[in-house]
Amino acid sequence: MIELTEVTKRFRGTRAPAVDHLTLTITDGEVVVLVGPSGCGKTTTLKMINRLIEPTSGTISIDGVDVTGLEPHELRRGIGYVIQQIGLFPHRTVRENIATVPRLLGWEQARVERRVRELAEITDLGADMLDRYPSELSGGQRQRVGVARALAADPPILLMDEPFGAVDPIVRAKLQDELLELQRRLHKTIVLVTHDIDEAIRLGDRVAILSVGGHLEQYAPPEELLRAPANDFVADFLGSDRGIKRLSLIRIADIDLEPGPVVPPGTDVERARAVMAEYDTDWVAVVEGDRMLGWVTDDRLDGRSTIDGVDLEPFLTRLTPDDTLEEALDAAISSHTAIAAVFDDERFLGMITVERISREIVR
Amino acid sequence: MIDFLGDVVAWFLDPAHWLGSGGILGRTWEHVQISAFSTVAAALVALPPAIWMGHRRRGGIVAVAVVNIGRAIPSFAIIALALPISIRLGLGLGFWPTFLALFALALPPMFTNTYTGIAEVDPALVEAARGMGMTESQITTRVEIPVAAPVIVTAIRVSAVQVVATATLAALVAWGGLGRFIIDGFAIQDNVMVFAGGLLVAGLAIATELGFAAFERRFVPSTASRSTSEDLLADVTVAPQHG
Amino acid sequence: MIAQVADQPFVRWDWIVDHVDDIWAATWEHIVLTAIAVGVGFVISLALSMLALRHRRTYGPITWVTGILYTIPSLALFAFLVPITGLTTLTAEIGLVSYTLLILIRNIVAGIDGVPASVRESAVGMGYTRRRLFLEIELPLALPVIVAGIRIAAVTTIGLVTITALIGKGGLGFLILRGLNLFYSPVGTTQIVVGTVMSVLLAVAVDLSLVGAERAMTPWARSRHR
Ligand SMILES: Nc1ncnc2c1ncn2[C@@H]1O[C@H](COP(=O)(O)OP(=O)(O)OP(=O)(O)O)[C@@H](O)[C@H]1O
Ligand SMILES: [Mg+2]
Repeated sequence: MIELTEVTKRFRGTRAPAVDHLTLTITDGEVVVLVGPSGCGKTTTLKMINRLIEPTSGTISIDGVDVTGLEPHELRRGIGYVIQQIGLFPHRTVRENIATVPRLLGWEQARVERRVRELAEITDLGADMLDRYPSELSGGQRQRVGVARALAADPPILLMDEPFGAVDPIVRAKLQDELLELQRRLHKTIVLVTHDIDEAIRLGDRVAILSVGGHLEQYAPPEELLRAPANDFVADFLGSDRGIKRLSLIRIADIDLEPGPVVPPGTDVERARAVMAEYDTDWVAVVEGDRMLGWVTDDRLDGRSTIDGVDLEPFLTRLTPDDTLEEALDAAISSHTAIAAVFDDERFLGMITVERISREIVR
Repeated sequence: MIDFLGDVVAWFLDPAHWLGSGGILGRTWEHVQISAFSTVAAALVALPPAIWMGHRRRGGIVAVAVVNIGRAIPSFAIIALALPISIRLGLGLGFWPTFLALFALALPPMFTNTYTGIAEVDPALVEAARGMGMTESQITTRVEIPVAAPVIVTAIRVSAVQVVATATLAALVAWGGLGRFIIDGFAIQDNVMVFAGGLLVAGLAIATELGFAAFERRFVPSTASRSTSEDLLADVTVAPQHG
Repeated sequence: MIAQVADQPFVRWDWIVDHVDDIWAATWEHIVLTAIAVGVGFVISLALSMLALRHRRTYGPITWVTGILYTIPSLALFAFLVPITGLTTLTAEIGLVSYTLLILIRNIVAGIDGVPASVRESAVGMGYTRRRLFLEIELPLALPVIVAGIRIAAVTTIGLVTITALIGKGGLGFLILRGLNLFYSPVGTTQIVVGTVMSVLLAVAVDLSLVGAERAMTPWARSRHR
């Protein structure tokens, strides 16, 4: 656990503090994202944790131990550190770069080598890349080496300052996914700085929004930030589309599904048309128990008495409870009937409508 | 030590050491005279081709080679070679061998620094001038030379300081100059005169350096600032040889 | 005597053949004088550069003083030293060393300043101590600029060593000075030419070796073809 208590930093020769009485608790295994406009003190806050910057007042402790009581370089060897410019050592190969901290800690050669291979695999770096120099890598590969290097000695804490700031959006999205995947396996305590609110929402278990002068405006899980911004600054910073952003944080499993326009086999056509009218659709689905048999449009029912015997179409877009409302919205809109069906493997769970989703947005 | 310095002061206070053909004034004049002649002659010979080649941006390899070879030949060796050559040319001792040596010494840094200064004028600037309808010679005289002026003046300063320093050795080939006090002093083992000569030579070299620096500050607007590490790498080719 | 000079050969090959041992001895002395000067100069420069890097305010005075040393003609510097240290190797080396300082210090400081801030920050962030940062990160990365300085210093020193002939040392300069005293005879001109050619060859050889050494020590600076 990392605890910042009433931490203030005033740089020499400046009047306003860069960080002002900041109190923040980061629990083990969570990803905390510091986000805010340029110059609000994110980097300063991060660097005070590994003492690249010393606070003017206040205390910072890790697992109850005041960091000022430790030798700075020993403290730092136990904390992974990744910066935007990555800072790989140009005169050392990828292998040697990754091995930096283990070497500083005096690990024996065989153990270092094993660890390097392990990390190359975790961070998806081909074994043939290990003997290259950083200048022989792409931007995304360099960033992976930076992460591998930070993880090398298996530090419980990882500090990341705009780690994906220097790569293009496509690579960035991929690296973000990789980081989340990594975190599911490793359960590090990660403090990550960004000025991209979408990145913060995507990566953070909790997000701290700072304003210039190092004031903490709100510290909450992303869903709560988006649902209940503490003040106008936070609301502005989240953007006018924060309702839509929230959809990516809500899973279908989290909300109640509707049955949708469904009928059991043997239903007469009149009854089926009444169900369609109720949902304002021109189609109806046939469900037997929790088994979805398929759907059929209104016009195909002309001249029949029950729906049995018509050819049923399968659902092509199938949502699962793990999908987000953002994905559900996408599926529903593109189905042209504004309704999407949700399945758990073969089990039909219910339907989700655009109307239902929009109620989540305004909530 | 105190006694020794007292002797040096006394040496300077003796009017006999100042006047006459072998006095401080006469020797200084000889030193300045030959340095100025050689530097001006080298500038007249080196600058036109350097400017022309720089304008055409051709011959960079030649420029680098010239200065590197220049640096590799010891200035003492140039003086020593100049003497028999001068004699074979029928020019005799004294002025001519000294002039030939200093002239040869001043050429390389002058040529290369000037070439570099002109060749490194922003190509966009030259392009713009050409686009406005300037002739090639107008581009050279109205754009390239003014823009490269600080570098060219530096080139002349570097050569001049080196020439003043090396002119000290002229005493070896029977020319005068302030080096005489040192070399004659060595010969007769008169440490006071050696030391006094050292002071005079050092003073003149520093004065030359400072004089040029003052001139540059006063008259040459700086168009570029230097001293990044890349410049120091480039200095491999342009730093002066020492006399 | 002088009138007959024009008819005589400039270089007498038989003199060279007869004096191979002399020439080699002079060359070796030249190498030793140069190596000591550049070696000692480098150690002093490294110390002064570390001082300048740690306490920025000292950089101005350091370059000012070494700049003056660099501007003083070598013969004048020897003139100051001879009354104190006599016609000795020490006098020669003090003079030679003092000319290397400005070049080396400027290049060491600029080379280390040129290390990217991000590299330095991530090294410190990972727990490098100041000493290891300097030795393992900053110094290797500054190597190309530092070697450029050593090259200039070495080539300059090789030239200056010849002047130490005037205070009784000189290596190849001794040949040149002896030749100068016999300038009217082919034996004299031969020695001047031999001294000059050998010292140029020495400068070129040292320069090329330093380039080679730099390439060998900085494999990361080459773009390899894969
Ligand atoms: N070494 C320093 N000396 C003086 N002021 C500094 C120093 N470092 C940062 N500051 C100031 O402190 C404030 C916070 O800087 P910080 O680097 O923490 O901002 P940031 O939130 O990381 O911004 P960005 O998103 O632009 O990286 C800024 O006003 C900055 O100018
Ligand atoms: Mg920042």
